[in-house]
Amino acid sequence: SGFSAIDDDFYEELEEILIMGDIGVNATTAIVERLKQQVKEKHIKEPSECKQLLIESIKEQMQVDETAYDFEKEQSVIMVIGVNGVGKTTSVGKLAGKLKDEGRKVLIAAADTFRAAAGDQLAEWASRADVPMIGGKEGADPASVVFDAVNAAKARGVDVLLVDTAGRLHNKKNLMEELRKMNRIIDKEFPNAHRENLIVLDGTTGQNALVQAREFGEVADLTGIILTKMDGTAKGGIAVAIQSELKVPVKYIGVGESIEDLQKFNSDEFVNALFDVNMDDIGELHLPEEEAGETDAEE
Amino acid sequence: MAFESLTDKLQNVFKNLRSKGRLTEEDVKSALKEVKMALLEADVNFKVVKQFVKAVEERAIGQDVMNGLNPGQMVIKIVNEEMVNLMGSETTEIAMQPGKAITVIMMAGLQGAGKTTATAKIAGKLKLKGKKPLLVACDIYRPAAIEQLQINGKKQEVDVFSMGTDHKPAEIAKKAIAYAEKNGHNVVILDTAGRLHVDEDMMAELQEIKETVTVHQTLLVVDAMTGQDAVNVAKEFDEKVGVDGVILSKMDGDTRGGAALSIKAVTGKPILFVSMGEKLSDLEQFYPDRMASRILGM
Ligand SMILES: Nc1nc2c(ncn2[C@@H]2O[C@H](COP(=O)(O)OP(=O)(O)OP(=O)(O)O)[C@@H](O)[C@H]2O)c(=O)[nH]1
Ligand SMILES: Nc1nc2c(ncn2[C@@H]2O[C@H](COP(=O)(O)OP(=O)(O)OP(=O)(O)O)[C@@H](O)[C@H]2O)c(=O)[nH]1
Ligand SMILES: [K+]
Ligand SMILES: [Mg+2]
Ligand SMILES: [Mg+2]
Repeated sequence: SGFSAIDDDFYEELEEILIMGDIGVNATTAIVERLKQQVKEKHIKEPSECKQLLIESIKEQMQVDETAYDFEKEQSVIMVIGVNGVGKTTSVGKLAGKLKDEGRKVLIAAADTFRAAAGDQLAEWASRADVPMIGGKEGADPASVVFDAVNAAKARGVDVLLVDTAGRLHNKKNLMEELRKMNRIIDKEFPNAHRENLIVLDGTTGQNALVQAREFGEVADLTGIILTKMDGTAKGGIAVAIQSELKVPVKYIGVGESIEDLQKFNSDEFVNALFDVNMDDIGELHLPEEEAGETDAEE
Repeated sequence: MAFESLTDKLQNVFKNLRSKGRLTEEDVKSALKEVKMALLEADVNFKVVKQFVKAVEERAIGQDVMNGLNPGQMVIKIVNEEMVNLMGSETTEIAMQPGKAITVIMMAGLQGAGKTTATAKIAGKLKLKGKKPLLVACDIYRPAAIEQLQINGKKQEVDVFSMGTDHKPAEIAKKAIAYAEKNGHNVVILDTAGRLHVDEDMMAELQEIKETVTVHQTLLVVDAMTGQDAVNVAKEFDEKVGVDGVILSKMDGDTRGGAALSIKAVTGKPILFVSMGEKLSDLEQFYPDRMASRILGM
């Protein structure tokens, strides 16, 4: 950026980048305050150096431990959870394909027995990944699907059991209790398995994703995030706020609708994209008549 | 987490100010800082917030503080009025073709926004009004998209037209309208696949539908939880395909729904409905004033 000094305007532009990336007001304020402190301590004078410092610190914060992917190699049960339409079923299909390719013995449990054609959709993904699926009958009790699937996984010597669950908003008490119950059944029936609860977040989501992560974490310990739809123009910055507050790492990103469109999270790429702001003019706003003339589209 | 309401915050801003007859520039600026935070917290687009706040500021500075209103309440009143102004103060209905003519409605939006569900919900609403809708499966990509629409159609007791996954959506739409004419349907609702606004091929597919058949209403379905990107999505869909109205989905969550304001500001198109749940009856009329309060956290 063409700044010659680290001044208020400069910090304001950084704030704008972070907020436009969905990091949110609170996390942005905290990040910029910390940055100001560091600039003082390290006697930084150059705006470009200051910006680099910011980028590096977010990269470091978002770094994923290599142990984060241990479950891929162990006997594990992965429950995939999240609100409606974020990409749970698709991500289960992609993960199944990936693990199968790595030579793992995979089983899918279709514990979304609620949404219209959820079972058919997952069955198609199971066939694409070439792995077996259990459950999926509309109206069945999801907890008993989980129970059956866990016991089938044990009996068949399955390496990785992937559990697709119905979309549910985090403010729906009954549905969240149902999830808690499913989680408990897995713990109880398969105590030796490596457990993962991956929350799927739509990369386009704004500040609500933080609330989602908080509330889902209340009923089932979150071990990671799958951030989907990152093939669009949204930056997925809310993951930074979530990492700050809840220490839940992004493990995978979804970058499309095909089976191979799941990638391990790369902190560098993510943060670079975050700062590669789309400063495209959003055009003329349809403000109320009396202001329209006085308000120009460019600030 | 309970939100500290904007009203409380503004009261705090003004707590130390002595009561005044007029709003000074400083009063207004400190109050609008809180308003700005609230709007950003609610996911209203950064640039929209900036312009909105500027417009409010111009109007608020120098305003007389009316009897019984302190400066904080005065600013809130102006903010509210401007928001309702921006979002439109009236509810808008889907424009239907007159008489026996068939109205063709096309659903559009990002993946997972809630199009297929909204298709069935709108059909239910129109059926109650004596219409005879036909739902059309134009999503040939998503696994089990057709089955999903068929199940929803069955629940709503409305017909579903599909040609499998081997025909182009434009062709399916054309055949569906011929079918509707033959079978006395007067509303045709095209359920299309989710797509990214930057996916040129997929956006061209919607254009092709519009070039092939007459679409009377293109409805953009937007997830109410969408963040800063909502403006890009709405703008691109409007520019590339043309949008007549908006449906905000998943409003049964606890999102503040600032996307609504961003989309209205960028496209100027009315929000027709809010979707309030997964049940097929959960579709409500949109009320701009309620939305304004929700976004502001009041
Ligand atoms: N562009 C893009 N689309 C995606 C991605 N992941 C999922 N989708 C699409 O998003 C839509 C919803 O995906 P689903 O997997 O059905 O989402 P879900 O969370 O299982 O939805 P529910 O079960 O209804 O709550 C589908 O159209 C998917 O093809 C992604 O990474 N990128
Ligand atoms: N809670 C809630 N869920 C909703 C609402 N509208 C839709 N859903 C759910 O959101 C998910 C996605 O809805 P769909 O109708 O399949 O979305 P879509 O836009 O057709 O998705 P694609 O065809 O994959 O692009 C499903 O689980 C729906 O049940 C709503 O208003 N509230
Ligand atoms: K992106
Ligand atoms: Mg699903
Ligand atoms: Mg659909």
